[in-house]
Amino acid sequence: MTAYEISIISIVGINVILAVSLNMISGFCGQVSLGHGAFFGAGAYAAALAMVATSSVPLAILAAILTGCLLGIIVGFASLRVRSDFLAVTTIGVNFLFIGFVRKQSWLGGEMGISGIPATGLGASGNMIMILLFACATIAFSFYISRSWMGFAFRAVGEDEGAGATLGINAGAYKLMAFGIGTALAGLAGALYTFFTQFITADAFDFIFSVMLMAMVVIGGIGSTWGVVVAAVGLTLLPEAIRFVNDYRLLVFGGLLVLVIRLAPGGLAAMVRGLVLRVRGA
Amino acid sequence: MYYIDLAVTGISFGCMYAMMSVGLTLVYGLLRILHVAHAAVFALGAYVTVLVANATGSIALGFLASLIATPLFGMAIYRLLYEPLLKYRPDVPMIASVGLLILMQDAFRILFGEQGVTFRSNAFSFTTFNFAGITISAVQIAIVIAAAVVFLGLHLFTTRTRIGVGWRATVSKPQIAMSFGIDPIKVRYLNFAIGSALAAVAGGLVALLNNLVDPAIGFVVSYKALAIIVLGGLGSVRGTLVASLVLGLVEAYGTIFIGAWLDRDAIAFLALIVLLMIRPQGFTGAKTA
Repeated sequence: MTAYEISIISIVGINVILAVSLNMISGFCGQVSLGHGAFFGAGAYAAALAMVATSSVPLAILAAILTGCLLGIIVGFASLRVRSDFLAVTTIGVNFLFIGFVRKQSWLGGEMGISGIPATGLGASGNMIMILLFACATIAFSFYISRSWMGFAFRAVGEDEGAGATLGINAGAYKLMAFGIGTALAGLAGALYTFFTQFITADAFDFIFSVMLMAMVVIGGIGSTWGVVVAAVGLTLLPEAIRFVNDYRLLVFGGLLVLVIRLAPGGLAAMVRGLVLRVRGA
Repeated sequence: MYYIDLAVTGISFGCMYAMMSVGLTLVYGLLRILHVAHAAVFALGAYVTVLVANATGSIALGFLASLIATPLFGMAIYRLLYEPLLKYRPDVPMIASVGLLILMQDAFRILFGEQGVTFRSNAFSFTTFNFAGITISAVQIAIVIAAAVVFLGLHLFTTRTRIGVGWRATVSKPQIAMSFGIDPIKVRYLNFAIGSALAAVAGGLVALLNNLVDPAIGFVVSYKALAIIVLGGLGSVRGTLVASLVLGLVEAYGTIFIGAWLDRDAIAFLALIVLLMIRPQGFTGAKTA
């Protein structure tokens, strides 16, 4: 494989982890988060600091997961107080705060970011395989959650908190759990990103990136693991495959987001489901 | 004198924020939608102002053109994007709105270039007055006057005219207003038209102030406006005005006190998050959920 192919596949793997983890929060549990980039970034910075200090890959991954999860649970508390579109505004705020804070911290490299992060020692293809393994594990975990009691509780909270409460589902606890799990995985993706680039700046984790992740979830079909995986792979490869799309990336992403919500609010997953039903019925 | 200069900057920015966010709060009050794409309307106003002003040589004509174009655009957003989405959860139209903003912003970049557009002749942005050692630019004065006129006009319109009263009635009790013969759909169009026109004026003034319109012009302002309308108590014009002025001043002074560890643009969100955690119902008790 060429170096280009390896780097593309690595990025696809990272984006799949991010989109699937965002889907756990926003799809399964119905808590719209437009600040997923902040948790991704927090994980990346934690991993970078750990790598610079110890050069230990497991330690860096652990640090990233813990940082992402901790920040996620703190933001999760916001979801107990504000709902729906206000939660979305709060998470946008978290994203801007994260960027605004990191840019001014000299111990995080400020505007210049952190460079010269030690390599994992696995090589580019080794990194890629590690990323793909983690991506597959994340997908499997997402299916597991979706079929477990927890997944049922998440959906109940997402659909109707009041009705869920009558079944004895503690909405607050499950929201915090959804945030904790989703952002821990975002932190993991951050660590993998740090291993992959060995150089990070705050700008990689901005609000636009969070919107792209949300676009993957919405276009794939909110709540559907397969749909989200397909959308994450497709939307990451699209700008690489078509030159036009690369130049007008935001135009295409924004346009797709508007069109899908306007014409097919269920996304790819709902379209495929509708098609299957029609074929069976015919 | 430095502190007074900061106050001048803060107040002029506050007035600009107020004109920018009042449309947002009006839309929220009526439809319960967070109209993020309002920032695209703001940017459109700025672009139309500068392009027409350059083409005709008259800045006044530029403002007039943007006052015609942006209300139409705002009403089109309502008709084509929001109206079909009203039956979904409020975050659905909001995400569509974010998509529209990103699309528009990239479209401006593609059409008019990354570097943006400048006024060919803009005497205002370089005209400054000196009052006892305090420097005030002509554009800053124009922003404050425009905001005063706009808010006074809005107040008179909503309290003294039949259309304005009908508008307020629809916002507070749509069912009862309808039974008195007010067409709620017309009110929605009116709402988008007025809010968009105000954003366009703010956009044109910011363009004059910076003597530049670039694709990112609406971006940070848009999210600040979201923070402002929540801080101001949703749907409240007076609250929005107060929150805008306070934010303008806090930012102006904040950059010297906490600028060392936090970006200027993050201050509004810090205030927002703290407020939402302490009082999720907002300053004025409006519901946020």
